[in-house]
Amino acid sequence: MISFSVNKRRVNLDVDPSTPLLWALRDNLGLTGTKYGCGMAQCGACTVHINGEAVRSCVAPVSRAAGKEVTTIEGLSPDLSHPLQRAWIEVDVPQCGYCQSGQLMSAAVLLREKPNPTDDDIDQALTGNICRCGTYRRIRRAVHRASEIARGVK
Amino acid sequence: MSTAGLMHRRDFLKVSAAAGGGLLISLYLPEVTVGQAKGAKKVFAPNPFLRIGSDDSVTIIVGKSEMGQGVYTSMPMLVADELEADWPKVKVEQSPVDAAYNHTVFGMMITGGSTSVASEWERQRKAGAMARVMLIAAAAQTWKVDPQSCRAERGYVIHQPSDRRLSFGALANTAASIPPPTEVPLKDPSQFKLIGKPTRRLDTPPKLNGSAQFGLDAKVPGMLTAVIARPPVFGAKPAQIKDEKAKAVPGVKAVIPVPAGVAVVANGFWPAKLGRDALEIEWNEGANAGISTAALREQFAALAKTPGLAARKEGDARQALQNAAKKIEAVYEVPYLAHATMEPLNCLVDLRSDRCEIWTGTQLQTVDRAAAAKVAGLAPEQVQIHTTLLGGGFGRRANPSSDFIVEAVEVAKAARAPVKVVWTREDDIRGGWYRPMWYDRFAAGLDAYGNPVAWTHTIVGQSIMAGTLFEAFIKNGIDASSVEGAAELPYAIPNILVDLHSPKVGVPVQWWRSVGHSHTGFVVESFIDELAHVAGKDPYDFRHTLLAKEPRYLGVLWLAANKANWKTPVAKPRARGIAVHYSFDTYVAQVAEVSVADDGTVRVHRIVCAVDCGQVVNPDTVAAQIEGGVIYALTAALKDEITLDRGRVQQRNFHDYPMLRINEAPEIEVHIVPSREKPTGVGEPGVPPTAAAVCNAIFAATGKRIRKLPIRMSEAV
Repeated sequence: MISFSVNKRRVNLDVDPSTPLLWALRDNLGLTGTKYGCGMAQCGACTVHINGEAVRSCVAPVSRAAGKEVTTIEGLSPDLSHPLQRAWIEVDVPQCGYCQSGQLMSAAVLLREKPNPTDDDIDQALTGNICRCGTYRRIRRAVHRASEIARGVK
Repeated sequence: MSTAGLMHRRDFLKVSAAAGGGLLISLYLPEVTVGQAKGAKKVFAPNPFLRIGSDDSVTIIVGKSEMGQGVYTSMPMLVADELEADWPKVKVEQSPVDAAYNHTVFGMMITGGSTSVASEWERQRKAGAMARVMLIAAAAQTWKVDPQSCRAERGYVIHQPSDRRLSFGALANTAASIPPPTEVPLKDPSQFKLIGKPTRRLDTPPKLNGSAQFGLDAKVPGMLTAVIARPPVFGAKPAQIKDEKAKAVPGVKAVIPVPAGVAVVANGFWPAKLGRDALEIEWNEGANAGISTAALREQFAALAKTPGLAARKEGDARQALQNAAKKIEAVYEVPYLAHATMEPLNCLVDLRSDRCEIWTGTQLQTVDRAAAAKVAGLAPEQVQIHTTLLGGGFGRRANPSSDFIVEAVEVAKAARAPVKVVWTREDDIRGGWYRPMWYDRFAAGLDAYGNPVAWTHTIVGQSIMAGTLFEAFIKNGIDASSVEGAAELPYAIPNILVDLHSPKVGVPVQWWRSVGHSHTGFVVESFIDELAHVAGKDPYDFRHTLLAKEPRYLGVLWLAANKANWKTPVAKPRARGIAVHYSFDTYVAQVAEVSVADDGTVRVHRIVCAVDCGQVVNPDTVAAQIEGGVIYALTAALKDEITLDRGRVQQRNFHDYPMLRINEAPEIEVHIVPSREKPTGVGEPGVPPTAAAVCNAIFAATGKRIRKLPIRMSEAV
């Protein structure tokens, strides 16, 4: 039995501890917002937070979450009020949308650590997140815009 | 959906057939009928594309698949503009599989060919206008006034003289009893309120909080998950299967051989994958075990030296070539490419004795349904496909053999349980259905003044349409998709010969974003650039002169060049290249700014695009699609190839089939030519010119010509 919290809710899972956190979230907890893209930490679609740190859940065994706090895209905000979500709507970033959970979760850590990131900061934080639809320039614009929103810039 | 729902559907189909299947026949959607029977809110549903609730809700039913290209917004915009709906109240719903949503040209449910807006431009607007006319009639009847004295605006019908208004919701019940009009007036473009205005996508919010439902997210009670051990060589069959270790994996329920391979069915993806990896299979590799990229290149090169089937013949190109003052020859090559949709393929099937329900992201519902029905032993009407959001399509999810649907039905049938088959990324990269590998041999002649007088272009590559239900696209042995963008060479050259060889190779091929144009845009626009340089002319001027009779080509060429400051040299080490290409009835020109480092690293800094796609519906979507097309094309130009050795695909995942990343993404500007011409495609036309614009810029920077993709400076000539 592995116990941890997901989006501030306690969960106890009876799964093989080597199961990737991604599949525990998706198949055991029904949290399907976190996506499978490559299974080898190459694309970032599965990015979640463990104790606030961005983690590729497709290669992180669920045991790594034991006793910790996991945040998934479903927990980013209850009502699309996170500055990143608001900025993503303003800029209309997504196309197919499949990678965006991971993009947002990576960007959320960046904004927390660097509230006013440069282009280089954004590149560094998000280089691990592939978008096959090619929304990169909009992602960059939206991260800057989210930073403004968080700082109260209209 | 319940069996009762399917019964309704059959009745519905009979009714619609009796009504003649016209463009705007009045019919009820079965869901609506069921809802009313339960005493739900009253609705007005005058045609298959919308319904208006007594609560003022406007639901627009989209028969196209949303794969990122924006149909969940563009289709509703078309309906809502004519309807005069209050846009914030508009909701979108995916249609079931039904003939009512068949493509107006292809006669089946299909989303592809960059045709959604172009083909639905009239039908969706008529659907909205029809409802508007009926709502106005309902209001006029209620108020006992002349309908001509009423107008619709933002969800209300208004009678100005008496200052009365009723909401669409309040009128829904009455409107439902109004006889449908036989003809409806459409707005003059000057009256458009939504069409042509940047409009936020309706599908964005659910894509930001995890609630958007992709195929991979679909679930039904008792569902199992399967991962399939797929053959290492295309067409290989298992000679011996040892499944003891697989069956010993906790959670594995069954091991099932199917034509696609050997399926491991488990109570989740992870045990299914562990079980799949634990299978020991000896494969009977068959005829395709000998395929190698190196041998294919030799075979294609030899073919290219022989005459093929003529796809375009003007004058006598071979003779003119002999008489030319200067002769230029070149060979271009591009590799097989995988679509690599971000969401790996998947399909959930719930098969019962009398029905089959499928959840998947597909672009080809009608064909898929027929294929699923055949495997299930049911009639097509007993099969329903719930089209989910697609985590990318790019053509892969329109497979003429319905590969990822058929195999899932086969697994579910044998497993006697609802099963979702999930492809791993490796399955996807190695699974075939690639953009074909192409080999292009050119020769051109210039006269003493540098004017091109002869152009010969021999194309070698597999036919995509051959052996599929789209074989009608092959005429006189020529698959139109093999020569598109090459046969219709727009440049004023008096002698042209474009011919084609279509060798059969045991590697499955398929349409890949922009199909044949994905290669012809590169080779034609690179070779014309070569001619410009040999002629000693500016590449823009050279094209401009040869396109003098093509105003829409000139329009985008000028716009892109102008916005990129073509005539003012860019600061070194950057250099510029230009390309223009017509595809899916849309004209796109691009100017690339590129630099090449001493170690051969190519950096693309900026791409300026000009697009003429006729009347624009959502300018922001046009920009997004062109931006996305450029990135898709850059990934191919700079990075990717699928190669084979001993019949085995040598790439596996994103580490060796890499994608362009944010730190490599150039600035992209999209400029739209204002137009009232009918709308044309935007999903694909951004792709074809990009590689050529980049390689032409590399030539401008280094004097070296790239004739083979992906770009490697070590292979430049």
